[in-house]
Amino acid sequence: MTTYIGTATSRVDGRDKVTGAARYAGEYGAPDLAHGSVVNSTIAKGRIRRIDAGEAMKVDGVITVLTHENRPPMADNDEAYKDDVAPGDGSPYRPLYDGSIKFNGQPVALVLAEDLETATYAASLVKVEYEEQPHITDFEKQLGKAKALPAPAKPRGDAAKAFAVSDIRHDAEYYVPVEHHNPMELFASTAVWRDGKLTVYDKTQGVQNVQRYLCGVFQARPDEIRVMSPFMGGGFGSGLRPQYQVVLAVLGARALKRSVRLVLTRQQMYMVGYRPAMVQRIQLGAKTDGALNAITHNATTITSQYEDFHRNETTWSGLLYKSETASYAHKLVRLDLPAACDMRAPSAATGVYALEAAMDELAVALQMDPLELRLKCYSDSDQHTGLPFSSKSLRECYSQAAEAFGWSRRNPEPRSMREGNDLIGWGMATGIWEALQVPITVRITLTANGHAEVACATSDIGTGTYTIMAQAAADMLGVPIDNVTVKLGDSTLPPSPVEGGSWIAASVSNGIVTTSNAIRDELLRLAETMPNSPLMGIKTADVTLSDGSVTVKKTPRSTVPIADIMRHAGVDRIAQEKATKFGKDGKHAHNTHSAIFAEVKVDEQLGVIRVTRLVSAVAAGRILNLKTARSQVMGGMIWGIGMALHEETLIDHRFGRIMNANIAEYHVPVNADVHSVEVIFVDEQDDIVNPMGIKGLGEIGIVGVPAAIANAVYHATGKRVRDLPITLDKLTRDA
Amino acid sequence: MARSHTAPAAALFPGLISIELTVNGAKVKLDIAPWTTLLDALRDRMGLMGTKKGCDHGQCGACTVLVDGRRVNSCLTLAVMKDGAEVITVEGLATDGVLHPVQQAFIDHDAFQCGYCTPGQICSAIGLIAEGKAKTPDDIRELMSGNICRCAAYPNIVAAIQQAMDAS
Ligand code: FES
Ligand code: FES
Repeated sequence: MTTYIGTATSRVDGRDKVTGAARYAGEYGAPDLAHGSVVNSTIAKGRIRRIDAGEAMKVDGVITVLTHENRPPMADNDEAYKDDVAPGDGSPYRPLYDGSIKFNGQPVALVLAEDLETATYAASLVKVEYEEQPHITDFEKQLGKAKALPAPAKPRGDAAKAFAVSDIRHDAEYYVPVEHHNPMELFASTAVWRDGKLTVYDKTQGVQNVQRYLCGVFQARPDEIRVMSPFMGGGFGSGLRPQYQVVLAVLGARALKRSVRLVLTRQQMYMVGYRPAMVQRIQLGAKTDGALNAITHNATTITSQYEDFHRNETTWSGLLYKSETASYAHKLVRLDLPAACDMRAPSAATGVYALEAAMDELAVALQMDPLELRLKCYSDSDQHTGLPFSSKSLRECYSQAAEAFGWSRRNPEPRSMREGNDLIGWGMATGIWEALQVPITVRITLTANGHAEVACATSDIGTGTYTIMAQAAADMLGVPIDNVTVKLGDSTLPPSPVEGGSWIAASVSNGIVTTSNAIRDELLRLAETMPNSPLMGIKTADVTLSDGSVTVKKTPRSTVPIADIMRHAGVDRIAQEKATKFGKDGKHAHNTHSAIFAEVKVDEQLGVIRVTRLVSAVAAGRILNLKTARSQVMGGMIWGIGMALHEETLIDHRFGRIMNANIAEYHVPVNADVHSVEVIFVDEQDDIVNPMGIKGLGEIGIVGVPAAIANAVYHATGKRVRDLPITLDKLTRDA
Repeated sequence: MARSHTAPAAALFPGLISIELTVNGAKVKLDIAPWTTLLDALRDRMGLMGTKKGCDHGQCGACTVLVDGRRVNSCLTLAVMKDGAEVITVEGLATDGVLHPVQQAFIDHDAFQCGYCTPGQICSAIGLIAEGKAKTPDDIRELMSGNICRCAAYPNIVAAIQQAMDAS
């Protein structure tokens, strides 16, 4: 039954991607296409006094310049702007809504022209006068004014008291800067206007989320706006919420009654959501044998003035390790910046960084091997709820990754390992994420000639959704994978939530099982009426679909070709659309885990750091596709290199403006930064989490990696840098 | 409706310039403004969307194409500078439906996820192999570092290029 699931199947959309046939949002055309270019504010806070578009309008080829003063109508209430992923608290930003300026780089005008160069040039001629107000973008200066949020989780015992009497104590602060997703595809939307209706090609992780949002913002009927995103050039969380360019593209199309394409510049992509900067304070108290008796994890993260975005960085600490006491607190600092948003493994990439760096420091204080400390504090149940895990193979992750890495050969002494000018450091960390699943609907159409179409409004943001959907359908329906067509990224398809949180693989695969079972039931029902059918009276659970036939499991010779059944019933296809919901499992915690080992080489004189080896062993239930899964985890691990060593958005607080808003000065890992990266999938059978035992992989790859690298840097140099990214200036600076 | 190719500011506009390119084997005549990049000429004028724009500033490599056999960032190249040149884009690599060995190697090694950097990576890899300078995986890593892949398929990209290099 599983010819494809679990194999290293090449991507079914691979050919489209290597030949340039895959079309992304900004690549759709229309005969009446106009091009947009956005004018951004140059102040961080205040009001627009006057916009003078006179010069811009004089340029040959400019059609119009839209501002808050002359735009078509938009909704006037917060509810209309709340997309599925919007934070509960606050008022979502409304692009081009009024004259108030909430952050530097906010869109203030949209120039529409006959071609891109004209639009871009004319945008440079739009003059904006502001009434400026003092702004605040400096996180550090506002720390004292942070607003406390309700406790992220119920504390356990009295952590402060327990900490005070612990044998060994560690107490430190860890800093993570603002980071930007920087998917390679620019944010883009093409709104194709036809007879008053719009088809919007958008760079998004959720077509139906964008569709609902646009209908709200423009008070349109659902059938007036269709949103498509068959390919997406990377999301990483940046496409979970509708970005402003989709609003402006639709605004332009409605104003002109023609099609509009709007592609943001790389620079403009820094003036949207980001991973929030944060300070985390961790206190760990332990007995001399390493057993933890107190964990305190407090985080202060940034957000905008208008929306309170935050995730729970702190509660991973209490979940992961056994400790009698634990307490958590979270504060928010409001700044004159756009709202922060989800970015790969939100809360865990950051929270587990602080925890795992702190655990390394505790191990040093205990003079204990860091891996041994993790094993000492290993927990077989969710420490918040006391519930056992549906599966947890973290021990196997530790042992397999340690073995592959050669951890037993580590000399624990910092600065003890070297090679020429390089100090060598080995570090390790744990990773954890949630195994989430969401309600989803899948439609399958099986034709008599053995072709299947699988349809769901989910997205493939590079994760491989097309491929795993084809694999699951091929196996469940018993057809070759080449006979499966996958349709996704279209808001008119059966409902799916946004793609994020690592939940789509599990959700859509189980959704395909549900609908395939319905197809099988329908085939059996039709077969019932066939004369002398060997399927007469057979229950649905007792048959499989394979090789284009319905076959009784126990007596494989009792088999009827699907084509015969359809012919007999006088149909040429069977279509089923079924919703799959995942019941609440009140008895188990659902998590994925990983163990990461890192080797760094640090040039002793220059402080240059290279990550020469990374090994991660991941336990995430059943792996659907070994090829795409490995790529996904590897990608996450390399993101971990970026987070540890490279990535930081820098703000000039005098202007409240980002200084390195480009992909040369905002450093992301390039090929030369990446050396040996090894991914191990630990066997983990999970019959509880969902029928297929899938737990998801999108986030787990990055979690723990920054700490493993930071810990390796400490081991190499004897210097602990707690502020990410660990750059050579921090390493060579005297303490 | 007629597309206006008139220039932004009439006073500044030196007029359209006629050029001829060979793009993926076919001759293309263009009357083009001098500030139009080769990238925008390919995408917006010729409808060849396979070549990607990731930064428009020469920082990411997504726009890499082969001009007279050499890899160039088409966003940093004005179309008028390449009058008479032979341009090959990702759309021009397969012959009669058979993928170029580098394209095939990218599929075999899963050298991409979202695919957005991929046309640039593939053109860059073909240029790299033609240069003949890369001998080791470290050379490949170094000489492919102008092509950013945010999905971070780097180890697979190196493996794919090695496969194609070994085969050639
Ligand atoms: S688009 Fe040309 S280098 Fe980025
Ligand atoms: S495959 Fe997504 S950026 Fe390279």
